[in-house]
Amino acid sequence: MVVDERAKVVTVTIDGRMVKVKDGCTVLEAARQAGIYVPTLCYHPSLSPYGACRLCIVEIENMRGFPTACTTPVTDGMVIRTDSAQLRELRKNIFELILAEHPKQCVTCAKNLRCELQEVASRIGVEEVTLPPIRKDLPVYRDSPFFDRDYNLCVLCGRCVRVCQEVRGVGAIAFVYRGSRALVGTAFDKTLQDSGCQFCGACVDICPTGALLDRESKWSGLPDKSVVTICPYCGVGCQLSLEVKAGRVVRSVPVYDESSVNKGQACVKGRFGIAEFVHHPERLSSPLMRKDGKLVETSWEAALGFVAEVLSRHKGDEFAFIASAKCTNEENYLAQKFTRAVMGTNNVDHCARL
Amino acid sequence: MTFTEIQKRAAAEWEKLQKSLRPRILVGAGTCGKAAGAGAVLKAIDEFLARQGVGATVIQVGCMGLCYAEPMIGVIKPGRPQVIYGSVQPETVGQLLSDYLMNDNPRPDLALGYIGDGKVDGIPNLFDLTVLKPQVRLVLRNCGLIDPENIDHYIANGGYSGLFKALSMSPEAIIEEIKKSGLRGRGGAGFPTGQKWEFCRRAPGTEKYIVCNADEGDPGAFMNRSLLEGDPHSVLEGMVIGAYAIGANHGYIYCRAEYPLALERLRLALKQMEEYGLIGDNILGSGFNFHIKIKEGAGAFVCGEETALLASIEGKRGMPRPRPPFPAISGLWGKPTNINNVETWANVALILQKGAEWYAQYGTERSKGTKTFALVGKVERTGLIEVPLGITLRQIIYDIGGGILKGKKFKAVQTGGPSGGCLPASLLDSPVDYESLTAAGSIMGSGGMIVADEDTCMVDLTRYFLTFTQAESCGKCPPCRVGTRQMLDILTRIVQGQGKSGDIEQLERIATTVKQGSLCGLGQTAPNPVLTTLRYFRDEYQAHIEEKRCPALVCKELITFYILPDKCQGCMICMRNCPVEAINGGRRLVHVIDQSKCIKCGTCLDICPTRFSAVVKVSGERIEVPSEPVPVQKAEGSAQD
Amino acid sequence: MLNYVTDCFSKEPRLSDELAQIVAEYGGEKGALIPILQKVQERYGYLSEEAVSRIAKLCRMSQSEVFGVASFYAQFYFTRRGRHSIKVCLGTACHVRGGERILDEVKRELGVESGGTTDDNRFSLERVACFGSCALAPVVVIDKDVYGRMTVSRAKEILAQYE
Repeated sequence: MVVDERAKVVTVTIDGRMVKVKDGCTVLEAARQAGIYVPTLCYHPSLSPYGACRLCIVEIENMRGFPTACTTPVTDGMVIRTDSAQLRELRKNIFELILAEHPKQCVTCAKNLRCELQEVASRIGVEEVTLPPIRKDLPVYRDSPFFDRDYNLCVLCGRCVRVCQEVRGVGAIAFVYRGSRALVGTAFDKTLQDSGCQFCGACVDICPTGALLDRESKWSGLPDKSVVTICPYCGVGCQLSLEVKAGRVVRSVPVYDESSVNKGQACVKGRFGIAEFVHHPERLSSPLMRKDGKLVETSWEAALGFVAEVLSRHKGDEFAFIASAKCTNEENYLAQKFTRAVMGTNNVDHCARL
Repeated sequence: MTFTEIQKRAAAEWEKLQKSLRPRILVGAGTCGKAAGAGAVLKAIDEFLARQGVGATVIQVGCMGLCYAEPMIGVIKPGRPQVIYGSVQPETVGQLLSDYLMNDNPRPDLALGYIGDGKVDGIPNLFDLTVLKPQVRLVLRNCGLIDPENIDHYIANGGYSGLFKALSMSPEAIIEEIKKSGLRGRGGAGFPTGQKWEFCRRAPGTEKYIVCNADEGDPGAFMNRSLLEGDPHSVLEGMVIGAYAIGANHGYIYCRAEYPLALERLRLALKQMEEYGLIGDNILGSGFNFHIKIKEGAGAFVCGEETALLASIEGKRGMPRPRPPFPAISGLWGKPTNINNVETWANVALILQKGAEWYAQYGTERSKGTKTFALVGKVERTGLIEVPLGITLRQIIYDIGGGILKGKKFKAVQTGGPSGGCLPASLLDSPVDYESLTAAGSIMGSGGMIVADEDTCMVDLTRYFLTFTQAESCGKCPPCRVGTRQMLDILTRIVQGQGKSGDIEQLERIATTVKQGSLCGLGQTAPNPVLTTLRYFRDEYQAHIEEKRCPALVCKELITFYILPDKCQGCMICMRNCPVEAINGGRRLVHVIDQSKCIKCGTCLDICPTRFSAVVKVSGERIEVPSEPVPVQKAEGSAQD
Repeated sequence: MLNYVTDCFSKEPRLSDELAQIVAEYGGEKGALIPILQKVQERYGYLSEEAVSRIAKLCRMSQSEVFGVASFYAQFYFTRRGRHSIKVCLGTACHVRGGERILDEVKRELGVESGGTTDDNRFSLERVACFGSCALAPVVVIDKDVYGRMTVSRAKEILAQYE
């Protein structure tokens, strides 16, 4: 977290260390700033604090019980402990309750090794669950063309529901029912399509477990490498991270980064439409020119040379330029400049108006 | 109209009623009274009056709290005190009225007592009865005595004089007065009310809200319902005073939809207040504006928790959120909000009417005033009671409640509903106040007090509470959502005779996790029934787990019914009444229960004539009986039916 | 014009008109969703798929969110209910005074589980947590009639009074 020089700064003590943090930030943000690990599940920086998973409980002097770090704002002089014997014991017991609701099939789970539950388990040190498992026996939903929903694996952290409502403003999914029957779902169990889902995949990206997973890349395992790039689909310029395995793009996920324009969000095309299109056998990778009624491959020089040669024979309103909404602002600027200054006409438009 | 004029008018109206030459008949027509048959009694009274041509005024009043004696009526003859009759039947009420109204026989044999000045021969003063003597009726002062649908009755009995006084005071002075009274939240947690108001008053912002929590969800509790039905104005007066002190212009009453009569009376009361200028814009010419909206709950116990209640008013799922921020800073729609329980608001009106010092004379050092309780379960005299804080459990159960039903043995008293605990006989002499109950592992709660006798199985009772909290958990945080389910599963196994060693320790571990780790008050207190019964009634758990025996003979899977061959006279009564035809036998043949068919409903035990008492219920033992019907050995008394 | 088009296509134009009227009564008041759902259920007996989706549109919410709110509260039903509703109270006082036995008897008599509706659509059965008539436990409420001090044999007689 960047400390704004002008904002009021307060000093808090976390695990015996004095830390200067921005007034109004949460105990969790303060701890993270100080490099202190506090386990979380329902917390996510792009969502408002929720305080449900109870893993980030801490002890704060002069406060009753065990407040959650993610929801408690700091005050000057606050003394916080994140790691007492009692906290460790309580966290372990709470986490065991979470695991009692979560099937123990890690080895055959597609999220294996990428799962946040596993990460938290190893940090908290839970080795064994002595409580009997609670099975939900829910069907796996395959109604979406892009991802599967297996709520048997869901821990009800609510990140998917909140990202859909708070960030995307869609609300295609919601918490339904209550208590031990509470689920993430839709009205009357309708399909996502019938519930207004735009298939942006934000829920999939934010899910800490294997409950929500891309269908295509489900079983591709850990990628060999990730390449950060700009989405080619439109002019917004979303940052995507392309996960590459054995030389092929297997999945594209939006980059969560304060400096990125999309801040961890993408649309259905950027999220689910990259891998297939990049490797599609019919994708054009070199220009084609029609010769004797047939399209044949040619070089960029030859193709552009031919276009320039033909254009030079025309002038003014004989010409019109249709640009693309997928182009960047800069590219479209050049397109209109070319149309007006070089070709001498105002006949310029773009595809999204057609 | 100025308030003095309103008061004058109300007093005149009340006076006219008191001095009326027509007899008055007061009928307790709260929900309880109606359930006990007050409707039929009312009809019978109307018919009697019409038939005899007797001129009398019939008034429906709220509940006096003597629920065991419902349906109740009060009869006032001009110049005489009111005579109260209990357990009135529609068939006999005509006779009663004709005796007293026409023949001047007040029927002491049917009367419970009289209320008011004067004497009636042979009838005691109602408030001298052991059920009422230890009680101090402050909050319930009007219940059962005035017509709750008539605002003039309330005003003539001092109503709204607290508000009138408050409007002449500064808000700070009112808060000071409430602080001085020592009033603590009656919703259960006991937070000092004055302090709570001060937080909200001092919170930045001009738009503030106050809320009356009437979502009385504890099973076994009905104090708020009775009060809203019997004296709605006392609650509303408190709310207007609070709003003025806090600086709120809008208020909500969040009331359970299961209380239709309370809702109806509230709506009517608000309309009457509007007519008198006691609510709305420029209240009593003070320039202060305050509006109240009623929100009906939709069936969720967790909405009694204040942050969940606010979410529900906002039209969302009633899921609690962590505090801070507290509602006093950021409540309804992010604005400072003060939430108090029905009974707290009713106390506020009284404190302003009579003064903090007067109020603080009741109660103990740290728990001032009175508390209403719904005294129910296995006591002789169930009812709604009001006692000064500091009274002992024994006084409540034995003096007011008249002891245990049918002379059985006391086992436990449960306070605080599903969030509270079960206290054993050894704690009967502890005082009822916030600190003592918490120290004993229970809580004051909103005022449910359920008495259990020797026939109540504590493991089964605990399982009952967990069934409730488990079903009412909102599902947001895992300790409550999963923890209550896990505890319920273990308890279910135990009562079914499938308990195993280690269960008690596992229960204790989960209970502690849920208590310490849950997000809201519901979760944090849900393990209290488990923890207190493990503390005080561990032997019952052990009997279930180790001996597969239910000492109270309650748990179906652990009990067996037998028909004793030396007592059965072959009368066939049980056989004919068995709902599943599990009893074999015939005339003068010893009956035999087919254990594979028996559903352990207990009908045979209830119905076997006491002169035979041939059916027994046992747990953990086997009684040798014939495998099929055999002729009855010898006649004992008369076996002819 | 647009309204005309949608009404032509709606299966039940009356439902849409009535719902719009109910929602309009609250004039965009904050937090009115639950009272609206209560009104709609009072009118139709339950919340149908179509009602939920129309209420969502009128309140400018997603239907999943509306369903999420409705399904949180025990009061709302999503299927048609029987002509009479039987609520057997299993509050604490009723529990210790034998409410469970009453419920068992009613279940057996009607051949229906709690939460269910009889095949002839005569009764819907429910167990509820408390009516606040604890002093008269055990309590059964049929439609708007409250029956206190219930016994197994009385339960049978009372059920017979409802057609």
